[in-house]
Amino acid sequence: MKEEAGVDLPQALPSGPSAFVPIEEILEEGAAQVMSEDLLSEGRVDHIKMMMGLHPTYLTCFLQTQNALLQLDGPLPLSWRHFIIILASARHQCSYLVQHHSSAFLLAGGDKSWLRGLHCAPPKIQHLQMLNKLLAHRPWIITQEHIQELVCPGAEARWSLAELIQAIVLMSHAHSLASFVWGCGILPEPEQLGDQSLNLCSPTESCSARDKSRNQQEWSEAVNEVKLLMEKMMMVQQQGEEFTQEEMVTRFERERTESLLEPADVQRCVLPDCFSRFVVDADFTYQDFSPRGVQAPPTMRAQDYSWEDHGFSLMNRLYGEMAQLLDEKFQVVCALTYHTMAMHSHVDTSTLRKAIWNYIHCIYGIRYDDYNYGDVNQLLERSLKVYVKTVACHPEKTTTRMYFSFWRQFRHSEKVHVNLLLMEARLQAALLYALRAITHYMT
Amino acid sequence: MEKMTRVSGTVSGCTMFCHLDAPANAISVCRDATQVVVAGRNIFKIYGLEEDGFVERLNLRVGRKPSLNFSCADVMWHQMEENLLATAATNGAVVTWNLARPCRNKQEQLFTEHKRTVNKVCFHPTEVNMLLSGSQDGFMKCFDLRKKESVSTFSGQSESVRDVQFSIKDYFTFAASFENGNVQLWDIRRPDRYERMFTAHTGPVFCCDWHPEDRGWLATGGRDKMVKVWDMSTNRVKEIYCVQTIASVARVKWRPERRYHLATCSMMVDHNIYVWDVRRPFIPFATFEEHKDVTTGIVWRHQHDPYFLLSGSKDSTLYQHMFKDASRPVDRANPEGLCFGLFGDLAFAAKESLMSAPQSVGDVGRKTYPGGDRRYPIFFFKKPDVTEQFAQVSSALSVFESEAGSSVGMDWFINTAQSYLLSGKPFAELCEHNAQVAKRLNRPQESTTWTMLRIMFSEPANPSLSSNHNLNKSGNLPLVNSFSMKEMSAALNERNKENRQDNLHSLETNLNNNDENEETEGSEGQAEYLFGDAELDDDDLYSMEHDNQAAEEPEYLLPQEAFPLRHEIMDHPSAPEPVQEKPESPHVSGSEAESTCLTPMESFSLISVSQLLFSPHLPPKFFCPIVKEMLCYYAEQGDVQMAVSVLIVLGDRIRKEIDELTQEHWYMSYIDLLQRFELWNVSNEVIKLSTCGAIMCLNQTSTTLHINCSNCKRPMSNKGWICDRCHHCASVCAVCHHVVKGLFVWCQGCSHGGHLEHVMEWLKQSKHCPAGCGHLCEYT
Repeated sequence: MKEEAGVDLPQALPSGPSAFVPIEEILEEGAAQVMSEDLLSEGRVDHIKMMMGLHPTYLTCFLQTQNALLQLDGPLPLSWRHFIIILASARHQCSYLVQHHSSAFLLAGGDKSWLRGLHCAPPKIQHLQMLNKLLAHRPWIITQEHIQELVCPGAEARWSLAELIQAIVLMSHAHSLASFVWGCGILPEPEQLGDQSLNLCSPTESCSARDKSRNQQEWSEAVNEVKLLMEKMMMVQQQGEEFTQEEMVTRFERERTESLLEPADVQRCVLPDCFSRFVVDADFTYQDFSPRGVQAPPTMRAQDYSWEDHGFSLMNRLYGEMAQLLDEKFQVVCALTYHTMAMHSHVDTSTLRKAIWNYIHCIYGIRYDDYNYGDVNQLLERSLKVYVKTVACHPEKTTTRMYFSFWRQFRHSEKVHVNLLLMEARLQAALLYALRAITHYMT
Repeated sequence: MEKMTRVSGTVSGCTMFCHLDAPANAISVCRDATQVVVAGRNIFKIYGLEEDGFVERLNLRVGRKPSLNFSCADVMWHQMEENLLATAATNGAVVTWNLARPCRNKQEQLFTEHKRTVNKVCFHPTEVNMLLSGSQDGFMKCFDLRKKESVSTFSGQSESVRDVQFSIKDYFTFAASFENGNVQLWDIRRPDRYERMFTAHTGPVFCCDWHPEDRGWLATGGRDKMVKVWDMSTNRVKEIYCVQTIASVARVKWRPERRYHLATCSMMVDHNIYVWDVRRPFIPFATFEEHKDVTTGIVWRHQHDPYFLLSGSKDSTLYQHMFKDASRPVDRANPEGLCFGLFGDLAFAAKESLMSAPQSVGDVGRKTYPGGDRRYPIFFFKKPDVTEQFAQVSSALSVFESEAGSSVGMDWFINTAQSYLLSGKPFAELCEHNAQVAKRLNRPQESTTWTMLRIMFSEPANPSLSSNHNLNKSGNLPLVNSFSMKEMSAALNERNKENRQDNLHSLETNLNNNDENEETEGSEGQAEYLFGDAELDDDDLYSMEHDNQAAEEPEYLLPQEAFPLRHEIMDHPSAPEPVQEKPESPHVSGSEAESTCLTPMESFSLISVSQLLFSPHLPPKFFCPIVKEMLCYYAEQGDVQMAVSVLIVLGDRIRKEIDELTQEHWYMSYIDLLQRFELWNVSNEVIKLSTCGAIMCLNQTSTTLHINCSNCKRPMSNKGWICDRCHHCASVCAVCHHVVKGLFVWCQGCSHGGHLEHVMEWLKQSKHCPAGCGHLCEYT
């Protein structure tokens, strides 16, 4: 099957699906099986699916959710859904998604003039822009007033709660998917290549050169790193030491505000036109919590508003089938493991996965009372943190260097796994803040 | 009430509340029901329950910077030892507190064995030193308070324990509920394996509670919005009751002294506390609606007193609810119910008091089932229970059965649709046929309507036809004249302004009018041949007016309206033109009906004047308003079939009178109905005969048939009969070897076939397949 499919696979293209991951590896890892179905029905597989195909269990449920979100019955018209995705992904300058959904928008019968910019869309969609901005960069600011503004302005451009919840899921889905696209260095689809101006938006450093330059010393260094990490994981798992409350809070705050991790290039390039027409207030980006500053918003306690208890219950009421699908997706991504780490197998990676998940929630201001944030420091090396934080908060600033500098010994599929965790954790965080605001609005 | 005496006299009070400083997560009462402890993320206080309010007794949250150990997810007051409390902390600690400690800090012991948040702590109901905890990490731990560490650990082998509860009756048993929807039963002496496990809910089971009296009963509440009661006493765990609420169930607590009652509160969205009678799962027995945010903790104040409920909430209040102040949704509920059965039966339940009155009227076809009828087991009467204060609504259930053979179902519709003739015969015959059909189906009104239509619009100059029919329908003949007169007078009244009757005609009318009046008075009771009562009532009045009018307008000339129409009937006997695309044609016929201007038709009408002068018949256009009214009446009544059938049969005679949109609407409804009953042929006929553009085009959609080449199995793309891929003729007849362009019949065994008639002929002579494949084909 694989060989057969291989003939049709876009090997002829110079680039493959990702700028980071060589295509051979993607094909090797058994993704072909998942993709062959698509190949048969559509003749090709888009790059996102190829990358996710490295983790077939996840891919199935991702596609289910995405299908329900974009195709199945829902309160919003099909073309609107694609347009909202365009708006959301433009915030992260993700040309891949903007292009893909622009054509889907037209296919769904959308009005061509909307693509000229946000100002051409109906006012109802324009009202979303504030929420889109906050969800993308600082979801913790969302309050019930923001919801109220949309749900009852009294005018005809009113959003119903059911519509709003779908729009929120769409936007957070697009934001997190944009993180994935940037984090995995996904290249434009062949048909998107025509537009040369967009090419520079994807990282274009060759990866094969790097692989060759790896010398013996680096290799053994990397092997040692993995060993060390595994030892730490064991340690974290066994430790029973006690910390004071203050110590815990300090650790949480430290992780949250480690501002050194900000990418160095602060210079703000002007947005290409293809994004700027969909983006209002482009300078609004992720910002660290000012360390114990006055206007620092209170942290959200996971125990007070969790997806399992509160988020799901509310979503289930407003958009039932989506709640089920998202719940399943979160469960799958949290449970996903192959018990391998780099060259080792039969490893319990739960602590490591937990650390990544909680670290992302931590930078989004969600705190677990029962988690020792010292573990994050122990398990996540600095370069990994830089990568995770960049991809989660400023995905457009991801560079090839970042991707290759962490976990040098790990397989690409494992790095994609990190990206999946990252994407879902980010999605959940944004959803939790939005749902909490809706809960407050409703009570 | 007599059970109140068992309760110590200290329990009394009223509905009251106090503000807390912070949202509460859980509450618990001490055994003698005089104090309550409230715990939350930022609160840990003990309140005294006084006669007229809550009094803060103690703040257990001490220290400058309270540690996370104070951030409580759950709290429990020991039911044996009144100074002992336990809390579950969000950081995974289990803490016990001793109120008897002399210093300010009452913390006694701290167990930090759980890795994740502890969701629940539970003291053993009779054993003083035994404490159980359940945590997010999937473990349950049993602590002996005399030791520093847990004595045993139970692994649920799954994510997150949400609740643990010691059985009240069985010393060694406890139940644990899990986030994956399972409930496990454990023996405290066997930490290696659970005794039983069953899946109780889809999604997390947030809470469970043992029945205080019934040994085997466990109530569980989950995120799937259900409360279920399980019977554990049998070999197989059995769900005995299920209550559907409107939001995820966060807590469930059995009501003391009331075997079937339990209280619930929800996790999200809904702020009320409900008390349910599990046997009546559709409506809460009582509701407490005081809280402004979700209720997080509920507890009955005393374990033998069913009248006081305490609750803490996220809105930072602590309430004591009195049962007598609860609102009873059942009082506001509508006790009447109505439902249609599959076969047209109608069941109707209402309060007995309401039902007794109409019963005396004695309707036909109605059967009343008193309680306990075995055939309708859904309805039963419960013996009034003294301890149960549920409003007793005894309802009587009536079932109206359709009489056997009568047309309460939709059979009449199907029969009528199939038997009606809408085209293909002269107008009068169509009407006659349809009248017979309606009569056969026991629908006298429709039958009469058809007859009347025939009379009204039939061609009077063709006496042989109409008289034949009149003779066939004996008894109708004498009515003809009087009837048409009556219709005329009514029509006259409506259109008296433009009345252009000639003298001759009026004279005739006058003559007949007398008869008619007499007859109408005599037959008022049956009145079946009338369209509506209104016409009948006004009859006398109209005839008077008519006389006057006719006298006042002598200068009007011979009416021309009647003749052109009659002329057209002769030309196109009742077959409506299927296509009416030219806008001129309706206009022409419209002017025909009005016939006030000089139309080309006039020459004809002038010719026919001499003939008509002898006929007492009225111009059909008189009837149009009334027919229109009738059509609307039928459509309103839901008999759109009648409306459309009449519309089609009358065709141009009436079409102009009715709004195009209305017609289209009727057609659409009728076609929809026909298609639901799978009467495709009839529906197609209706579409074909309709005159609305929008309806006609229904037949033009999706008329493409895609075929594959029988040779190469590829789709045939071009228009001809030759496949452009393999250049063979598709579907060749096996007998004559020509292309089959019409009906193609083939053997399902060997898939050879050809022209229907060829294959039929062939198989008469031979048993074998005409293609020579050797298959023994059969034609049935």
